[in-house]
Amino acid sequence: MSEAMIITSPTTGDDWELVIGLEVHAELATVTKMFSGAPNVFGGEPNTNIDPVTLGLPGSLPVVNGRAVELGIRVGLALNCTVARSTFARKNYFYPDMPKDYQISQFDEPLNIDGFLELPDGQRAGIERAHLEEDTGKSTHQGGDGRIHGAASSLVDYNRAGVPLIEIVGRPDLTSPEQARAYVSELRSILVAIGASDGKMEEGSMRVDANVSVRPVGDPELGTRCEVKNVNSLRSLVRAIEYEARRQVDVIEAGERVHQETRHWDEEHGRTRAGRSKEGAEDYRYFLEPDLVVLDPSAEWIESIRAAMPVLPAERRARLAAAAGVTSAQVALHVERDLDGLALAAIEAGADPGRALNHIEHNLAVDGAGDLDVAHFTALVQLELDGSITPTQAKQVLAEMVEGGAHPEVIAKAHGFEAMSTADLESIVDGVIAASPAEWDDFVNGDDKTRGKLTGFFVGRVMKSSQGKADGKAVTALLNQRRAGV
Amino acid sequence: MSGSDGSGSASLAAAPPMGTAATIAAGVRSGELSARVVIDAHLAAIEAREPHVHAFNLVLADEARTAADEIDRRVAAGDDPGPLAGVPVALKDNLCTRGIATTCSSRILDGWQPPYDATVVQQLAAAGAVAVGKTNLDEFAMGSSTENSAFGPTRNPHDPSRVPGGSSGGSAAAVAAGFTPIALGSDTGGSIRQPAALCGVVGLKPTYGLVSRYGLIAFASSLDQIGPFATTVADAALLLDAIAGHDPMDSTSIPGPVPSYSTTLDRGVAGLRIGLITQLMGEGIAADVAARVRQAAEALEAAGATVGEATIPAIEYGLSAYYLIAPAEASSNLARYDGVRYGLRVDAPTTAEMMTATRTAGFGAEVKRRIMLGTYALSAGYYDAYYGKALKVRTLIIRDFAAAYEQFDLLLSPTSPTTAFRFGDKTADPLSMYLNDVCTIPTNLSGDAAISVPFGTGDDAMPIGVQVLAPALGEVPMLRAASVLEAAAPTPGIAVLGEVVR
Repeated sequence: MSEAMIITSPTTGDDWELVIGLEVHAELATVTKMFSGAPNVFGGEPNTNIDPVTLGLPGSLPVVNGRAVELGIRVGLALNCTVARSTFARKNYFYPDMPKDYQISQFDEPLNIDGFLELPDGQRAGIERAHLEEDTGKSTHQGGDGRIHGAASSLVDYNRAGVPLIEIVGRPDLTSPEQARAYVSELRSILVAIGASDGKMEEGSMRVDANVSVRPVGDPELGTRCEVKNVNSLRSLVRAIEYEARRQVDVIEAGERVHQETRHWDEEHGRTRAGRSKEGAEDYRYFLEPDLVVLDPSAEWIESIRAAMPVLPAERRARLAAAAGVTSAQVALHVERDLDGLALAAIEAGADPGRALNHIEHNLAVDGAGDLDVAHFTALVQLELDGSITPTQAKQVLAEMVEGGAHPEVIAKAHGFEAMSTADLESIVDGVIAASPAEWDDFVNGDDKTRGKLTGFFVGRVMKSSQGKADGKAVTALLNQRRAGV
Repeated sequence: MSGSDGSGSASLAAAPPMGTAATIAAGVRSGELSARVVIDAHLAAIEAREPHVHAFNLVLADEARTAADEIDRRVAAGDDPGPLAGVPVALKDNLCTRGIATTCSSRILDGWQPPYDATVVQQLAAAGAVAVGKTNLDEFAMGSSTENSAFGPTRNPHDPSRVPGGSSGGSAAAVAAGFTPIALGSDTGGSIRQPAALCGVVGLKPTYGLVSRYGLIAFASSLDQIGPFATTVADAALLLDAIAGHDPMDSTSIPGPVPSYSTTLDRGVAGLRIGLITQLMGEGIAADVAARVRQAAEALEAAGATVGEATIPAIEYGLSAYYLIAPAEASSNLARYDGVRYGLRVDAPTTAEMMTATRTAGFGAEVKRRIMLGTYALSAGYYDAYYGKALKVRTLIIRDFAAAYEQFDLLLSPTSPTTAFRFGDKTADPLSMYLNDVCTIPTNLSGDAAISVPFGTGDDAMPIGVQVLAPALGEVPMLRAASVLEAAAPTPGIAVLGEVVR
């Protein structure tokens, strides 16, 4: 999964490697805003979840939301960071989205420093810092091309202004778009698991900026990076990084150099577009926010937060993997979909681990397990294991178990699912062979490809004759036995 | 005594018509005095002389009468409206008042009405005080003369050809003209104490964090502090009692209970060690002012204090550090006045041009000067040399004061280097105006407390103020010393206060 991506130039044949660092902004799941009592809720009529502090009205003052700090510390602990004495600073720039024309953020003394994220395959990606800040409002530009320049008029909604954010700055440790996807996916699982954020990329409550650069394979020097913004899904993230990396290779191979800049992902056209150049970067004139005091969480508080932390995905994977006798990577999906509890309980109740994990991964991961009873699930796995029902039948039974909650034996009986005797199966198989002599001749004497195709043909015929009661694997085995003259 | 004809330099100074805040509150609470009668008397004084003083941006006559009637009704019903029952108070026009225009004497806030009251405004209402108006100031509290007000200057009631000081010149003048017995101002570099000194009234800058800043429109957040003006030290203490204390809406507000300031005033200074700050007694300090300060030191000694010489070596860099730190914070605090949400908007084709046009039209010259200074001081490549270095000086000043307060309980200095100057004397040269704050700025940088007490007059018969400085939360001994000075003060020129008020 986490192979480094190598881009081989179609023109020169040179190999290039990617260096990716992600900055993730997540809205914290607090009741009120970062520095005021205005509600922190998504949506709502424009400019309804506001108060004097949200609007930065003259004379208003920020007060730090203790719950936001607690959630911020949880994020830090979950990412193996050191929780530090921290301060807030003002980041000054004029923008109509931002009520005070400065953003209160943590600058040189962030809440959390030096941690790592353990990816599902066990690799670690470094976390430089995870700090608190406030979100901005949202502008809608009317007329022109929908951007601020050239717009006839602009409307601003400050409902989102002041919503607490945690910015998680990853080190440039990632080497492929897929690894970046795994990082964000894992981070989202952690944030949701610890109750810090709902992690909804599509609603913008989790936003990912990707710093991407390329360099010749093995070169220790970092290339010039571009920051790709406006990536609204995991799929977009993978596409955007790959596009951007290939673009940079093309630029360099054309004899030009990559400009350090912000680029916006254009989902519709599948490309990144230049935004503002970082070389003419704004000077944010950071200075210590004089309206706030030092944030110095006591060791007791940090420990009480640590003690109340739920089990994190990495630990859950390790537990399930150990119980099932597989690797952590093999149970990543089970944990991601919150189905590891079911798997673990079924295995502990005696279910065959391989079949239990298999059912969860293929038959439950998409729509979930509903109120599936662990004992019933365990019984189903056992029915399949002892051959009472076929895997195909088991899948159908499982779907009805999730829907209606009945015991698998009851459902299997209602459908007339039962194991076929070997004699019955042999008789059907032999009948099908006899009915298609030309195909059988090709099956016996043809090459592997032909045989593969015809296996499907014969299994399908047998399934039809047996009204789906036959076990596909058993049929294949029997066909091969007959071919060998047994 | 009254300058109702407003001509020439005839004094407009007067004692408040119904005596001190303490007297009024006692009368109203006991039912002997009608709050409405009190308010009407003060409104009459305002009507008579305000056109010549221009202390107010806005007089709240109707609101004040309604509030006074309500207080009378409550007293009649057996309620106690509070320790400032029926006392008229003037509010500096950078304190937010719900539904009432709050301008900072700037065009940029044109038409804006805050949807909330500042914490101090709520506290005053809860104590029974009645707001009678919003007072003039240097735009956004940037100045030492009120000449930087967008609505025209305030005149010094003692001599209308002279400035009242600033930036809280309107509040100081309101009290000196007898419009209200007490007023609130804000002090970032001396903006309460210096006008108090120039107008012959008491002005107190509390310890940073003692009084909530919520609803005070920020100039320089780490330096701003709200405080009282009064005709007597006792009234200043009474007003401080009403506004001191923790406010959860201000993160820099000091937690914990506060002592009573008004009941501990009369304990004298016997045994207190008081240091005269030598650096503030030499060059740049007018001889008549220095003489009054020495006289004040002798008075304190006569009352049982020991007086010595104190040195604050870093004080000579205070002014420079202040004029980097305050503008730096101001450049950020004033960014929000961009025409997008409230106040003035000058339309232009793009958002950026609209912001520029609005700020160009809405801010006065001194505000623009400080925004530019502050922006420069914080800019990449200059931060370390300017803002960063200023912060280091601030740390040195804090250390120097801490060391001085190991030897002394209180410090003493002039409040202002000179008596009130004439209009236009210093407007051409910003630096000469800035030098006016040299005695007051160090206390803002250290975050400590200080009070200016009237102590006689200068060679020009204008009031002189003596400054008593105290360590953080040293208001109680500071007010005791101020009381002693008040009792010992020579009063020619402002005898009107001495006769009527005491």
